Amino acid sequence: MTTATARISRPGHTAAKPARSAKSRERAMAWARRAPLLPALIFLIVVTQLPFVVTLFISFLNWNSLSPTKTAFAGLENYVTVLTDPDLRQAIFTTIVLTVSVVLASLLTGLGLALLLDKKFLGRGLARTLLIAPFLVVPVAAALIWKHALLNPAYGLVNGILTWIWSLFGNTTPPQLDLLSQAPLMAVIVSLVWQWTPFMMLILLAGLQSRPMETVEAAQMDGATPWAIFRHLTLPHLRQYLELGGLLGAIYIVQNFDSVFTLTAGGLGTANLPYAIYQTFYYANEYGLASAAGVVVVIGTIIVATFALRTVFSLFKKEAAR
Amino acid sequence: MSTLTPAAPQSSTHARPGSTRARRGKTRMDPTRNNTAAGIAAWLLALLFASPVVWMILTSFHSETDAATNPPSIAANLTLDAYREFFGETSGVSPWPSLINSATASILSTVLVLVLAIPAAYALSIRPVKKWTDVMFFFLSTKMMPVVAAILPLYLFARTIGALDNIWFLILMYTSMNLPIAVWMMRSFLAEVPEEMLEAAQIDGANLLLILRKVIAPVAMPGIAATALICFIFSWNELLLARVLTGVVAGTAPVFLTGFVSGQGLFLAKVCAAAVVISLPVLFAGFAAQDKLVQGLSLGAVK
Repeated sequence: MTTATARISRPGHTAAKPARSAKSRERAMAWARRAPLLPALIFLIVVTQLPFVVTLFISFLNWNSLSPTKTAFAGLENYVTVLTDPDLRQAIFTTIVLTVSVVLASLLTGLGLALLLDKKFLGRGLARTLLIAPFLVVPVAAALIWKHALLNPAYGLVNGILTWIWSLFGNTTPPQLDLLSQAPLMAVIVSLVWQWTPFMMLILLAGLQSRPMETVEAAQMDGATPWAIFRHLTLPHLRQYLELGGLLGAIYIVQNFDSVFTLTAGGLGTANLPYAIYQTFYYANEYGLASAAGVVVVIGTIIVATFALRTVFSLFKKEAAR
Repeated sequence: MSTLTPAAPQSSTHARPGSTRARRGKTRMDPTRNNTAAGIAAWLLALLFASPVVWMILTSFHSETDAATNPPSIAANLTLDAYREFFGETSGVSPWPSLINSATASILSTVLVLVLAIPAAYALSIRPVKKWTDVMFFFLSTKMMPVVAAILPLYLFARTIGALDNIWFLILMYTSMNLPIAVWMMRSFLAEVPEEMLEAAQIDGANLLLILRKVIAPVAMPGIAATALICFIFSWNELLLARVLTGVVAGTAPVFLTGFVSGQGLFLAKVCAAAVVISLPVLFAGFAAQDKLVQGLSLGAVK
């Protein structure tokens, strides 16, 4: 639309005015285009990029706010500590295990659910709504429910159901789980998979519904088995959506703080990096060390993000080209 | 944009009914049987996934003694005691200040996000700047930086200027947290405004304000609403920033919930009541945005 107005007004102007003013007009036009963008851009640079630069700076300092007189340049010392301290190394390992297992498990479960919801059946809309519910519980509240109402060894629902089922067969010594103290990381993983499966399901369901049905129907006519159709038509089409869901999920789950904080308070090897960093600066007041750990997280995220951006970009180009 | 080129959707609507009829005619029994099986499986899984939520709601209406039994007392009498307890009947600790703080932070940050994101999205879709894709990916990359990597300087800055435990500082943080997502969502919604309509309005001599009101707003409104709801949800849910940057005065609802992290004797029904009350706004916002939820959460990449 702008090109239209420009074309209409230009011939007369360029003839009458010298080249320089035309150039400055063009520059003014370019700035007029940029103007609506600038507030958001500047705000975001100030609030997110500047603090990170400061983090980067602090990460090279030996700075504990409890002994401020000892603040000094530390070189790479903090980074060495991050990579050698057993607790922080454990935190790096936990972050990776947590992220990978939650993303994979919720992707697979989400895929199964999406395939089921792609079929027409009675009350499909309601079933879909029920399935979204876990995603719409405040994360801290969800973690509290898992901790107290579901996994509590004495009166949680999981053990309650085990007792009930065993009592049906006249057994008074049912097996009782205590996930929170015996496998705390598993407890965190299970609760997160429960919360993130709906997210994956929604993205994959949208992917399934954008399949070109003509090819699927043609394959059906040719007598292809459902498995062959899934393997050779559906899965290749879903690949991008699986990648998108996995990588967006990874970005959020790497940063998870709420579940670890609420379910296990970082105990028994469940402290991931966000939790460990929070502890390091909030309670131990080790500002330099916490910053170095923060930079390590960013480096890790950049590695994941490079792949994420590529996937988003290819979907984005496809959409823009349509 | 594509949906508005008249040729494409028509051809697909022509193709669809015919092919479905053909399929139905050929294999009549199989799809129906498959669907029944799939329907039963889907319903069982849906109930399984919803059961913690259902259990949370049910327990919140039980008395404390009925809530903590093994096996569970599903048919126990219903009562509002847990809600009374949560709202501080005996303890005198009211959750209202934290709920009001959460509402303030979420609503005001969402308004700020929209004020910043809508013009930005306009400059990225309707009248795009040069290299607008680069700008888009810059926005996205800021979202990929974990909050923990910036939280210490923000905390120190807030402490220095005396903005700790101040809701306005939290509002600015939430605005920056949601702005990149909102720009991506808004761009995808604004890109749906048909170019032909914009050109036609331009030729008719409509000014910018009129175009915004009559051409862009009607198409983009559902998208703007969905963006607002999703930003509201993310702000309402946030814990880490609120925990570090607020305290007694500006503490939000999730911070209030952390008071229930360690057990306090018989308090299960009260925990469930707290979780229900604090999740209600998110549940409403989420179901209200349900149609556009995928597009929003996938940053506009999936429709």
